[in-house]
Amino acid sequence: MHELSIVSSVVETVTESAAAYPGARVVEVRLRVGALASVVVESLEFCWGIATEGTSIAGAKLVVHTLPVVVWCEACGTASELDGVQSFRCPLCGEGTMDLRQGRELEIESIEIDEAGENEEAGRSEEAEVTR
Amino acid sequence: MTTRIVELRQGILKKNDELARALRQKFTSAGVLVLNLVSSPGTGKTAFLERTLRDLRTRGSRVAALVGDLETDNDARRLAASGAPVRQINTHGICHLDAEMIERHLAGWEGVELAGLDYLFIENVGNLVCPSSYDLGEKIRVALLSVTEGEDKPLKYPTLFNSADAAVITKMDIAEAVEFDRELALKNINEIRPGIRVFETSSKTGAGMEDWLGYLEGQRRAEDS
Repeated sequence: MHELSIVSSVVETVTESAAAYPGARVVEVRLRVGALASVVVESLEFCWGIATEGTSIAGAKLVVHTLPVVVWCEACGTASELDGVQSFRCPLCGEGTMDLRQGRELEIESIEIDEAGENEEAGRSEEAEVTR
Repeated sequence: MTTRIVELRQGILKKNDELARALRQKFTSAGVLVLNLVSSPGTGKTAFLERTLRDLRTRGSRVAALVGDLETDNDARRLAASGAPVRQINTHGICHLDAEMIERHLAGWEGVELAGLDYLFIENVGNLVCPSSYDLGEKIRVALLSVTEGEDKPLKYPTLFNSADAAVITKMDIAEAVEFDRELALKNINEIRPGIRVFETSSKTGAGMEDWLGYLEGQRRAEDS
């Protein structure tokens, strides 16, 4: 239900970061979302179009990488991936564990930008040099 | 044409997290124990908090509460009857409280100084999904569940129960009438949050309150030392 506010804050951050590359176009925004982040990926995708409309990153694609929960078991001394989020036990020994090593992530991993404008100019000047 | 990948590695709720961190420091230095109460609508958060505020005051503690609600101030008025300072936070449709709302409502809260409090309770908006993403700077997050909600609630909302520090089962006085399967509920809570403290309470009869208040006082003492 709070996906729109999450997406809006992604748009804000990405717009600010992209401003450092004038003339470039943001083509893709990549998120890392843990299985315990309590966001619905479909809702993020649904809100994405609405939130980006009319902004400098309109048209950018949203890619969400979901991450499974990883717990650390003290007894086994092992980090293990869990199959779901219905039981927080070490898959090796069955002991309950609250030491989460992954699964709560809700972050912007990276953005892909297309510096076409800048490079086309660069390309043209190279061509000019060749002609000369 | 060149494509470039720009690594950001930035938390989406970074602003909230930073603000919550600052609040937590403020609470610690003021020596106030802050709790964030989260449940579905209708679990009985307000009745439970009403009883907690009243009982703590009777035992000589200085308490206050911030109450989140979508539109009304009904809960704040109910809680104010306990004699404790209570301030309403209307979110106007937003389904959770965030750190900024807490900061804003603490500032300019007439007659309330953090340093003059032993406990500050934050009653979140009734919702088991969204509040789990937003850190409010609390020391203890409490997940509440009533006997009428179904024993599998922790399995349906694992994020919230997994991020809780304590769980409270409310309305135990009607457990038998609604055929509440206590063993199953405890098993499910423990499956999601192994080893969590669970309090079985009734705001009506006061059952389990002694245990709960003892826990609060223990946590409060740990704050001091």
